[in-house]
Amino acid sequence: MSKLARKKEKESLRLPKAPTGIQGLDEITAGGFPRGRPTLICGSAGAGKTLLAMEFLVRGATEYNEAGVFMAFEETAPELTQNVRSLGFDLDELVKEKKLLIDYVRIERSEIDETGDYDLEGLFIRLGTAIDAIGAKRVVLDTIENLFAGLQNQGILRAELRRLFRWLKDKGVSAVITAERGEGALTRHGLEEYVSDCVILLDHRVTDQISTRRLRIVKYRGTAHGTNEYPFLIDEDGFSVLPVTSLGLQHEVSGERISSGIPRLDTMLGGEGFYRGTTILVSGTAGTGKTSLAAHFVDAACRRGERCLYFSFEESPGQMVRNMRSIGLNLDQWTRKNMLQFHSSRATFYGLEMHLAIIHKVVQQFDPKVVVIDPIGSLIQAGNERDAHTMLIRLIDFLKQRGVTAFLTNLTSAGDALERTDVEISSIVDSWLFVRDIELNGERNRALYVLKSRGMAHSNQLREFLLTERGVDLLDVYVGPDGVLTGSSRLSQEARENAVQQMRLLEAERKDRERIRKRELLEARIAALRKEFEMEEESENDNAQEVSRAKLIAENREAMARSRHADRTRDATVPKARRSQ
Amino acid sequence: MKKSTGAQPQPQSLQEIAEKNEPAPNDVWELRLYVAGQTPRSLAAFANLKKICEEHLAGRYNIEVVDLVKHPQLAAGDQILAIPTLVRKLPQPLRKIVGDLRDTERALVGLQLRQAPPEK
Repeated sequence: MSKLARKKEKESLRLPKAPTGIQGLDEITAGGFPRGRPTLICGSAGAGKTLLAMEFLVRGATEYNEAGVFMAFEETAPELTQNVRSLGFDLDELVKEKKLLIDYVRIERSEIDETGDYDLEGLFIRLGTAIDAIGAKRVVLDTIENLFAGLQNQGILRAELRRLFRWLKDKGVSAVITAERGEGALTRHGLEEYVSDCVILLDHRVTDQISTRRLRIVKYRGTAHGTNEYPFLIDEDGFSVLPVTSLGLQHEVSGERISSGIPRLDTMLGGEGFYRGTTILVSGTAGTGKTSLAAHFVDAACRRGERCLYFSFEESPGQMVRNMRSIGLNLDQWTRKNMLQFHSSRATFYGLEMHLAIIHKVVQQFDPKVVVIDPIGSLIQAGNERDAHTMLIRLIDFLKQRGVTAFLTNLTSAGDALERTDVEISSIVDSWLFVRDIELNGERNRALYVLKSRGMAHSNQLREFLLTERGVDLLDVYVGPDGVLTGSSRLSQEARENAVQQMRLLEAERKDRERIRKRELLEARIAALRKEFEMEEESENDNAQEVSRAKLIAENREAMARSRHADRTRDATVPKARRSQ
Repeated sequence: MKKSTGAQPQPQSLQEIAEKNEPAPNDVWELRLYVAGQTPRSLAAFANLKKICEEHLAGRYNIEVVDLVKHPQLAAGDQILAIPTLVRKLPQPLRKIVGDLRDTERALVGLQLRQAPPEK
């Protein structure tokens, strides 16, 4: 980007330019037409020469404060005024403000005879007067070739034209000369011979009943110009050239992640959703919910406070809003808040370039953060496949350069290979979601997977995709020996698994109870044993008591004997032994 | 001036139109010569015009010379591009002859003072 800008800056320093103010044209000419020099615009009838020339003057007068003289050889001033009113140009007003002067030059061959020498001093004087009257910096001669029809002496005419262009240069005006396209030559009368600083060719081609206007810079002295043919269009805002091929891969990259509007899908996309400013493609067969995904994305963006543009080639805005309400999305609230704009048109309504130009224009006006194109395949109907492909690349480049996240949908026809897009743009999209049908057990269910998503660890899982009245829901699919299970098969599988689970629970409970009982049993036995042991202990105590009682009796007896002074008996030793215990 | 007409499919109407447009012999001729400065070509044109008028329109012509260098705004009125241009304002219809009128024959034809020479 900066490199390009620097390059342009250098060029503009080299050669002074008169900006045309025409969208796109200044870009490809690196600043406009050469200042103070004549520019030749040639093209066949109806190619838009007069309009381009007129817009050069009008923009000059309104945007660059440079007055202009329009010398018309074909149309009168009222006719011109009327013709360009449809483009939003009010010539009367400009004439009143002395920013524009229209001089109609009528050449009627039938009332002119020639005898002897002459020159075109009259034309010079008229032009000079007009230029001086309003201090014009820009001049248009449309179409000066008409002189060739009005005057016979070609030798004089050519010499005078050469002098005229020289004179215009000396005057220092930026002149635009229009000329009819000739056979095998740029102009019918070889004007390119005289005007050699800048030559622009306009072309109007009809292919497959759809017309496209194209512009090419044939030569531009002192300026490295784009050499391609650039499509252009004429609409209610005048001329616009699409310098689309000048777009490159220099867009800024954002690390910001934005939600897809479906939490489960965000999870699949590395947990955070898409990258901002990338291109997302959803493809799938008919009725798989592509538009619903787009609507979710739009809804999420609007909730974040981002503006969205929705280009629908199949449904009208009303239909979209109604249909999305059925899955619980209220898009109407966003359109009312001017957060969301729908643009619905049939793809075949215009040519491809026109579509592209309209998208460009609306995007520039509305400045959205998210653009949805639904579906891109429709655009093929408006042109051939190759054109549609280049157009989409241009469009994607354009959106990327603006940091707009593009959400495209694409219908895959049932017969085709599934992972294939009609316009072969799969290589230029960043994230590709695929929605497909799974037909099983007499029903059709939807599944979604992430085919690719650049720069994030995305899920490789297939998810069942449900459209509920609360929006899109993603569920795990069952992958079993019978293949992928969805819908009611999934439900029955779920039921089966639930039953098994229940059984397991019951079994576990039963085992638990058994264990408790066993434990109780053991504890009971332990208690019994303990009782037994206690009983044993008790009987031993009894023994000891017996012994001490016997000893006591013996002692008593001894004491009795002592008191009676009897002889010592053997018995007396027994209590002694007991005492030592 | 008499115009010899051949056999025509609608002689009546065409004849009428031709006669209507034919300058009447006694009309006063209003001629205007546009020049740009006193160039040799302008002077020659004026001299040639004067000669033709004296020979063919003696006493019933007016020549007005307009110098566009002095009055550039007048160029638009008669749609003047080439210099010198002679404009026959009257009699109607308007005729223009560009050039220095060097070729008297052609000038006379241009002014409709003489029939165009038959094609060779």
